[in-house]
Amino acid sequence: MNYTSNLKSTGQVELPKWRARVLLSLLLMVLFLLLARAVFLQGIHNDFLQQEGVARYGRVIDISAHRGKITYRDGEPLAISTEVNSVWASPSDVEASSRQISQLAQLTGTNAAEIKTRLNDTSRDFVYLKRQLPPDEAGRIMRLGIPGVALRTEYRRYYPSAEVSSHLIGFTDVDDNGREGIEYGWQAHLGGKNGSQRVIKDRRGHIIEDVASVRVPKPGKDLTLSLDSKIQFMAYREIKAAVTQHHAKSGSIVVLDANSGEVLALANWPSYNPNIREKPNVAVLRNLAVTDQFEPGSTMKPFTVASALEAGKIRQNSVFDTSSGVFIIGGRKIHDTHPEKTHSVAQVIQRSSNIGAAKIALLMPAKTFWQSLSDNGFGQPTGSAFPGEAPGKLRDYKSWRPVEQATMSYGHGISVNLLQLARAYTVFASDGELKPLTLLKQDVPVLGATVYSAATAHAVRDMLELAVKPGGTAPLAQVVGYRVAGKTGTSHKLENGRYVDKYVSSFVGLAPVSDPRLIVAVMLNEPGGKEYYGGQVAAPVFSSVMGAALRQLNVPHDAPLNNVLQPPAEIIREET
Amino acid sequence: MINQLQRRFMAHLDPMLLGALGALMLISLILMYSASGGSMERVLGQLVNVMVAFAALWLVANMPLHYLIRSAVPIYIVGMMLLLGVAFFGEIQNGARRWLNLGVATIQPSELMKIAVPLMMAWYFERHEATLALKNYVVAALILAVPFALILRQPDLGTALLICASGFYVLFLAGLSWRVILGLFISAAASAPFLWHALHGYQRQRILMLLDPTEDPLGKGYHTIQGMIAVGSGGILGKGYLNGTQTHLEFLPERTTDFIFAVFSEEFGLLGNLVLLSVYLFIMWRGFVITANASTYFTRLMAGSITLTFFTYAFVNMGMVTGILPVVGVPLPLVSYGGTSMLTLSLGFGMLMSIHSHKTLVQS
Repeated sequence: MNYTSNLKSTGQVELPKWRARVLLSLLLMVLFLLLARAVFLQGIHNDFLQQEGVARYGRVIDISAHRGKITYRDGEPLAISTEVNSVWASPSDVEASSRQISQLAQLTGTNAAEIKTRLNDTSRDFVYLKRQLPPDEAGRIMRLGIPGVALRTEYRRYYPSAEVSSHLIGFTDVDDNGREGIEYGWQAHLGGKNGSQRVIKDRRGHIIEDVASVRVPKPGKDLTLSLDSKIQFMAYREIKAAVTQHHAKSGSIVVLDANSGEVLALANWPSYNPNIREKPNVAVLRNLAVTDQFEPGSTMKPFTVASALEAGKIRQNSVFDTSSGVFIIGGRKIHDTHPEKTHSVAQVIQRSSNIGAAKIALLMPAKTFWQSLSDNGFGQPTGSAFPGEAPGKLRDYKSWRPVEQATMSYGHGISVNLLQLARAYTVFASDGELKPLTLLKQDVPVLGATVYSAATAHAVRDMLELAVKPGGTAPLAQVVGYRVAGKTGTSHKLENGRYVDKYVSSFVGLAPVSDPRLIVAVMLNEPGGKEYYGGQVAAPVFSSVMGAALRQLNVPHDAPLNNVLQPPAEIIREET
Repeated sequence: MINQLQRRFMAHLDPMLLGALGALMLISLILMYSASGGSMERVLGQLVNVMVAFAALWLVANMPLHYLIRSAVPIYIVGMMLLLGVAFFGEIQNGARRWLNLGVATIQPSELMKIAVPLMMAWYFERHEATLALKNYVVAALILAVPFALILRQPDLGTALLICASGFYVLFLAGLSWRVILGLFISAAASAPFLWHALHGYQRQRILMLLDPTEDPLGKGYHTIQGMIAVGSGGILGKGYLNGTQTHLEFLPERTTDFIFAVFSEEFGLLGNLVLLSVYLFIMWRGFVITANASTYFTRLMAGSITLTFFTYAFVNMGMVTGILPVVGVPLPLVSYGGTSMLTLSLGFGMLMSIHSHKTLVQS
């Protein structure tokens, strides 16, 4: 074939002009379309698209803040935060083989099905696979190298003293927010403010670059409690032993610094370990010494006597006819467990005479008695700021009937919490001043509010010292080498408006009598053994804790070391 | 002597066209480094593709025209056999049977058909130039329809449609009656609902996604949305070379292949796009000049079809990336990574240069 022959007929194969024009205009239209699209995307719509682009790679991530440390007054740790790693994933970015999934399940302690369920939820950007692992375990998971799986640093609370102080300290939840106790009540102080950081991440969720710190994490502040680590431990050990020994439902103990109102120890049994995530039922979590109120019984008698002394209604040497153990008022019989014809004021305290206390109370106008009790802090919060504190109940005097005024003198018809009761005894430990109560360490001396004259306070303190000597209700409260003073209480419990044969047995006392430094209040709820009087079950706890605490604080002796006198065969008993 | 060698070497090459093609290939190599996240492996791979393509271009450009015409039928037949081979023994990748393992290399015969079909059709029209009748058009349509159907079945809608386009250009340039063209369009429109049913689920999805890509931003609409975001993120001036965040943070899919235009757009902006479009426009213009000056019916059909097909590739790819066309697997000509596509295109441009240079040679 001769292809050059076509050269001659070039004109014949020329394309029709209109065809070329149609083609050209079509091409130009297409070109224009592309150009218009480029201008639209890059010149007009670009702000939106840029924003969308940033939304894909820009992320603001949370940075956990360190929570403040809680320590004993001597700096020993009560609650500290340790760094842990939480493993999380961005489900849509995860590319894992089934072998990797099963390794992941093994390392996180879950099963593969559970992991798969979480990773299949692609509607979420962030799922936790395992929270709060020690760094080495988290590192093992990261070494699997699964795209889309990342670590986040968090802090986990650790409580070195565990059961010993759990009721007071409380605990935090998995998000590091306080849920109970001081952790909850002082959340604003302890809790850090999480920071945030703007980062660039790639499609697989890897952080490529830290762009800017949007907010620097603000760590929480430390908190130093007034608690003394050694006294706290002894108090805990003794209350636990006593509850066990006397088959009580529960027991609480409070140790106060008599001068500053600082709580040096506060413990309850049963207790729990706050380091274990699974918590026991709510009843065990309660800080009974603060959140439970009870009828105090005879531990109220010193306040009755002090009020009457202060009001000038009785003198220290007044003697009352105690009717051989039965006194009827308003159709109700008041008994003395230890009947006598007469009681002096001091004997009312020493032997815990209900009739004597009632008669003393009835000498005062209701308002005077009420005012005195109120000034001692009854019926009001203690100011401890502990969350959930029960302020106790002190009814308005205007509604009092004489029989109520009489029974209130020995602690019936009034309710208190143990911390409140312990604090009220600061008036006898000082020259009649009620000290403010605090759970935090105080560095400056505190001023109390004067409730009684020094003379009244000293007089009642002397009567209280009689109560712990043979012939009193609590010789078991004596401490070697120190003079102690205190009062027992054994009150029937109220159930459905009736007093039943279940008891709250207590003892509140102070030492050394010559210059009081400590107040210890002990309460056993429903002791189930043969012994249930306050002088039998609570006083020995007081004795060991008070003695140990005084020695711990190097408080000088104010009595010879052979001061403890053997009680006679029978201890003077009291009820209420 | 060096001068002589250089003249011998350049004798059949068109400097203007070569310059423009070289510019695209250079852009490709530069972009490849950025799009692959700094992988020299990809850049070197593409460099090999460029060199192979250039060698093919030089060879074809130096081939006299009658060689081209003689090769039309054998190339078409070989291509068809390979296509049938794919249909029976092809390898399945990503759910499609497109590749054929020849032992030495795995090839995609549909790429070869992009050249073979228009070549065969041009040859056919050349043979019947003097006595063109409707039946010739029917036969030419069959030359187009059989490979089209085979490729559609692989399935590879994108390539099938592009081959269809290149064949249609030949028919159009050969002077297919305006009425027939109109009739074809009408019947195509009428059969659209049937075609819709014939489409695979994923193909339908791609078309639906074009209407509203935000319906499934992480799934079916992902490619389109990421493409648009990358292009739009570039703005007027672009983010600068190696600074495209959508690219480098791996949000953009198929960065080195089908979506490389988005990489370019993000890093060089609207300004860069104007430059790139100008290069494509220049190549098209040069192609039309060669077409207009082509001496024979065959060469004219061939040159026109090659030029138009090249432009169609560029348009379809850019339209797909910017979200005005559905996502079909069409690379950006001479820029996207890939040896087969670059080789096919270079063969085409080699023919264009041969058409141009041998005409003048014969004339002198």
